[in-house]
Amino acid sequence: MSDEQHIFPEELTWERTDSSRIPFMVYTDEELHKKELERLFYRDHWNYVGLEAEIPNAGDFKRTVVGERSVIMVRDDDGSINVIENVCAHRGMRFCRARHGNRPDFICPYHQWSYSRKGDLQGVPFRRGVKRDGKVQGGMPKDFKPADHNLTKLKVATRGGVVFASFDHDVESLEDYIGPKILAYFDRIFDGRELTILGYNRQRIPGNWKLMQENIKDPYHPGLLHTWFVTFGLWRADNKSEMKIDDHGRHAAMISTRGAAGKAGEVTDVSSFKDGMTLHDPRLVDIVPEDWWGGPTAVMTTIFPNVILQQQVNSVSTRHIQPRGNGEFDFVWTHFGFADDSEEMTRRRLRQANLFGPAGFVSADDGEVIEFSQEGFDSNPSHRTLVELGGREVGDTDHMVTETLIRGMYRYWRKVMEA
Amino acid sequence: MEFQDYYELTQLYTEYALAIDSGNWDDWPEFFIDECIYRLQPRENYERGFPLATLAFESKAMLKDRVYGVRETLFHDPYYQRHVVSAPAVRKWQKDRIESEANYAVFRTKLSEPSIVYNVGRYIDVVVRTSEGLKFASRECIYDTEMIPNSIIYPI
Repeated sequence: MSDEQHIFPEELTWERTDSSRIPFMVYTDEELHKKELERLFYRDHWNYVGLEAEIPNAGDFKRTVVGERSVIMVRDDDGSINVIENVCAHRGMRFCRARHGNRPDFICPYHQWSYSRKGDLQGVPFRRGVKRDGKVQGGMPKDFKPADHNLTKLKVATRGGVVFASFDHDVESLEDYIGPKILAYFDRIFDGRELTILGYNRQRIPGNWKLMQENIKDPYHPGLLHTWFVTFGLWRADNKSEMKIDDHGRHAAMISTRGAAGKAGEVTDVSSFKDGMTLHDPRLVDIVPEDWWGGPTAVMTTIFPNVILQQQVNSVSTRHIQPRGNGEFDFVWTHFGFADDSEEMTRRRLRQANLFGPAGFVSADDGEVIEFSQEGFDSNPSHRTLVELGGREVGDTDHMVTETLIRGMYRYWRKVMEA
Repeated sequence: MEFQDYYELTQLYTEYALAIDSGNWDDWPEFFIDECIYRLQPRENYERGFPLATLAFESKAMLKDRVYGVRETLFHDPYYQRHVVSAPAVRKWQKDRIESEANYAVFRTKLSEPSIVYNVGRYIDVVVRTSEGLKFASRECIYDTEMIPNSIIYPI
């Protein structure tokens, strides 16, 4: 049978030449996943690794991740930040087990090879052998040079207190990488103010990592899936909004200004809208506008491939995407505030954090829909998704009734992955 | 501490666990006084002094808002949960106020799936005597579980 339909295709095929119909196979194929790690994480790209405020003092470190490779972000003596791979040059052990701390140096416990905060190999026990009965026994070969066996060092860039790293030392500058349009939204939050860490939330989501990028490039769902957004007017289709995308199509910003709450027009005909819903304790949405917002009440920025920058009214966080194979990723939320926040504002940010994270009123269900999408993909990788809302092209819009940002990401994905 | 007080305390712990595993979500806020604290917080934040919690409610009214969210607004896979709670250790006892803590483990069972260990941790509580018996003035659930298995919808 020549027209036999393969449920498990060997080759990735796109139904159209554009990016408006995405094959399920991009989420299910292990080989494609490895190719993504190489091309989208380890080469030509910057990855978010953390915030400077997490490691304020010399010797402070945080164990973090680039793609699926464990790295250590450490503050050096001169205040600069180094990022080094957590793999011993000797036997390849992932030696750093603490997730944070302060150390003068790093030592692999297996054979006590020690490394400086820069990742330079400093000590190799018995390098020159052991003397016994006047004879030197063993030791490394004469031509062994410690300088040839440092930890893998990543290129580091910081901006506004945010730390990025790349295994690729030839990667373009972080500013060129993000591009001027999206950089403006990056700088809107991270304008040089000192940050205060409020804490972490960690969840493991059984779905492909790209689905989380897509979730925050999808302004269609919040006013439908998330009752709180549509009922309280926080994010819905009749809000004044803009979708912005960088020239490559990889980064984006969803910008929205809170509009009417309550019933108004067809956007509240959706079943998730709850007419007459009021809070028993209105402090959960006690929103106080801040000067730095400059108008919009929410800007959700996706920096490809691994971070989401959240400003939803008074709640601000970074969300770090950490893939674990093609079918699962860890999602780490770092909530923060600013050093000049009043006590009241800190309390407000913490209260509004109830909307977000793995149990949040408008975020818990994002993880759920990602899990169930992956289930659909896994059962029939020959099929494809449809992202044609607002057309099939890619570009900025002045409304949110569009899937243009997802199309942009896959236009870029195809360019890099098919090269 | 009188045996009667300890008996009532263990009853409170057990009734709480049975109630939140029953699916009758409206029962949950009734274990608390009006001006109460409920926090579900990663052990990491608790021990490092970071104030962020996964859920942090400051009144019985907020707990009712959560119940509404669980029932009406949060889309999620249906599941059963089952709490196993240790006998409470009393840290401080006054006539109408007890500070106590206990270990807990929560199992989650999704439809057509086996049961998994879902969330494990420690309750740190302040319990007060009211005209309706013992109630929580504060219940902090400090959990070890490093990675939440996707989401937490129902009360712990």
